[in-house]
Amino acid sequence: MQEADLSRELSERVAEAARRGTPLRLVGGGTKAWYGRPVAAEPLALAGHRGVVDYQPSELVVRLRGGTRLVELEALLAAEGQWLACDPPRFGAETTVAGALAAGLAGPGRPYLGGLRDAVLGVTLINGRGEVVRLGGAVMKNVAGFDGFRPMVGALGSLGVILEVCLKVAPRPASRRALALALPREALAERAEAWWRAGLPLAGAAHDGERLRLCLAGSESAVDEAVATLGGDEEDPAYWSALRDQRLPFFRDPGAPLWRLLLPPGACPALPGEGLVEWGGRQWWWRGEAPAEAVFAEAARLGGQASRWRGGDPRAPVFAPLAPPLLALQRRLKAAFDPEGLFNPGIHYPEL
Amino acid sequence: MTATPQAEARMTAQFLQALAACLPAEGLVLDEAGRRAYECDALTLFRRLPGVVAIPEEIAQVQAILRLCDDYGVPVVARGAGTGLSGGALPHAEGVLLNLSRLDATLEIDPDRRLARVGAGVRNLAISQAAAPHGLYFAPDPSSQVASTLGGNIAENAGGVHCLKYGLTVNNVVAATLITIDGERLTLGSPLGEAPGLDLLALIHGSEGLLGVVVEAWVELLPLPRDKRVLLAGFAEVTDCAEAVAAIIAAGVVPAGLELMDRAAVVAVEAMVQQGWPCDLGALLICELDGSAAEVTAQSERVTALLKTHGADHLESATDPAEQARIWSVRKAAFPAIARLAPDTLVMDGSVPRRRLAAVLTRIIALAEAYGLRVFNTFHAGDGNIHPVILFDSRLEGELERAESLGQAILRLCVEEGGSITGEHGVGAEKVDAMCDQFSAAELRQFEAIKAAFDPRGLLNPGKLIPTLNRCAELGHLHVKDGRFPHPELPRF
Repeated sequence: MQEADLSRELSERVAEAARRGTPLRLVGGGTKAWYGRPVAAEPLALAGHRGVVDYQPSELVVRLRGGTRLVELEALLAAEGQWLACDPPRFGAETTVAGALAAGLAGPGRPYLGGLRDAVLGVTLINGRGEVVRLGGAVMKNVAGFDGFRPMVGALGSLGVILEVCLKVAPRPASRRALALALPREALAERAEAWWRAGLPLAGAAHDGERLRLCLAGSESAVDEAVATLGGDEEDPAYWSALRDQRLPFFRDPGAPLWRLLLPPGACPALPGEGLVEWGGRQWWWRGEAPAEAVFAEAARLGGQASRWRGGDPRAPVFAPLAPPLLALQRRLKAAFDPEGLFNPGIHYPEL
Repeated sequence: MTATPQAEARMTAQFLQALAACLPAEGLVLDEAGRRAYECDALTLFRRLPGVVAIPEEIAQVQAILRLCDDYGVPVVARGAGTGLSGGALPHAEGVLLNLSRLDATLEIDPDRRLARVGAGVRNLAISQAAAPHGLYFAPDPSSQVASTLGGNIAENAGGVHCLKYGLTVNNVVAATLITIDGERLTLGSPLGEAPGLDLLALIHGSEGLLGVVVEAWVELLPLPRDKRVLLAGFAEVTDCAEAVAAIIAAGVVPAGLELMDRAAVVAVEAMVQQGWPCDLGALLICELDGSAAEVTAQSERVTALLKTHGADHLESATDPAEQARIWSVRKAAFPAIARLAPDTLVMDGSVPRRRLAAVLTRIIALAEAYGLRVFNTFHAGDGNIHPVILFDSRLEGELERAESLGQAILRLCVEEGGSITGEHGVGAEKVDAMCDQFSAAELRQFEAIKAAFDPRGLLNPGKLIPTLNRCAELGHLHVKDGRFPHPELPRF
């Protein structure tokens, strides 16, 4: 694995940007550049700051530099029979750990395995004053001070440069198998919930409009038992990494914008277009031509929320609007980390 | 951030009159006897009479109170059941003690979505009790769960015996209604499991009432485990027991609970609830495993083998609930059994990497000898969260001070070993000074900036959680990073 510690150079770059009042666009692996609102600012390359700082397999903790490639980390963990215990997507081999954390995205296992939000123990950050601050730590339980590291997950880099990340890891499931069942989409939410409550080792439950698909991960005996109970057709588990990384034909289809909708399980959006649903009915990918306002309104009607994932008018909103007092508080929190508004300005909302 | 002269001047007759108008008739406590009931939380060493006590019954009343305090510049300390162990709910002498325990009317279970909408004043255990008919429960289970409230659990990011497998409060709450100091009502997070923008929901967990007042939350419920087994193992040496803990974690088994008691604690418990253990037992380990029957059996075999490899010479395995309850009663008896051995006890709380547990315990024993005090250990070993209990007698000249210095030394040891000054009890009023050991000046300034983003005038629970840089300099407990002195801007004495 390549190693390089660029903390000093990066802190100096940030301090310099703070002096000049020059906003920065944080660039990791560049595999999610399309996500969020466009940021017009000087790029700050972070992928070179990489390598594992400390990995204690017996402690189930890894501390690494933000630019470490996610696939490299996973290979390192796999060599010790471990994994991240969650399945953040990578839209290319260059996806970095800090980028995955900043995006806060989760793969098909989210309802069953949790996400990076649950795995992060600490973050070392360069804040907008150019200071290096260590938030959280490397232990399982730590309630000293504010958990300032937690909002880094999903902040899209707007709070600072993630220099180091400390993550919980877990023993890798011994077995992983995939099934396809001839059941209608309406059955997904209820069935998946019932299977999970019955103790089946689910790591994914989706419906592509044709068949209900399941990913099972756990001990060999538990997975085998689930496969025997469920029936259906066994298929290549590679389906699930393709779904996670959006390499399925559904995602390749060009043209209409792609939306991500979080809905109460069982709800189905009444929108023009076609959908693929996962997370046991909670997360929808929806491709269709509808004005942003109509998609946000439909999601809200169903008690859910929408975000524009890819495509569509780049000037249109990406995320559902926030209540004004909440947006104001988010702005103040950003300013607490980044008083000059240096990092990825406007990536969530024009005002943030 | 102690009481400023301004704050004193602002809790005027006019303010009290306006406060009374925000509350139901019984909701305002002015008389000294009534206020006395709130002078401390479960950390009884710290006591202060609150200026006034307010007991709202509705969210709108909380909004009105906070707005009023903001207008008048009066400090507010929120309190749930008062079971906190770090003085987080220690009142402000010239401020409002906001008792939220009557926000307990809301407890709605959505069994299909496995969610519950819960008022901040609802007791932790009441959530699981309401969910039980649906085969569900709320996973965080601090030892105070019979009394402690959800609002307090969120403020402290409470853990408990089972957080090793099921996470802390923050991992089990999906949304919260926060009232800000200016009375604004905000929804953080969402029952959908995430919300757009910055994750303020995660940030308010463990923020000890410094950022706002949580009045309601949506929590996730889990299916009750289908099968459960409790193992009890006795060891001749506490270090072997600690090594067994590290080995179980390293083997990739995630027990639902993994609790350690050292020799002193075992002797204390045996004296109170006779279990007939061999009297030369150096340490006890309790390990709870849950999941499907097959998983539990497989894990139980694995753990039993590891326990034997590490020298366990007394093993019990309980499959039926009554036997399991008996084993857990041993752990639950530990603090009371220890407490009756001395006039006073100080329960510490720190956290260390699990592979360092044996070394940490050895160092604590040495420290206790050096300070001439007895220390008992009974704690959440699986997540490296130690709770040394220091025995002392405050009637003896200087012994309280000695106990407190030993406590501080143990916390510094935790930081040196790569851990934290608090694993689950919080910083509160007790550990403000110890924060100087763990954080640099820039980090403390970052905490202050976060605080100011929510509460620019510092009215919410002032004086807790974050030490001033001057205080750290006075103490000389400065966190030195990379060999550099962290507070070059401050004068040294």
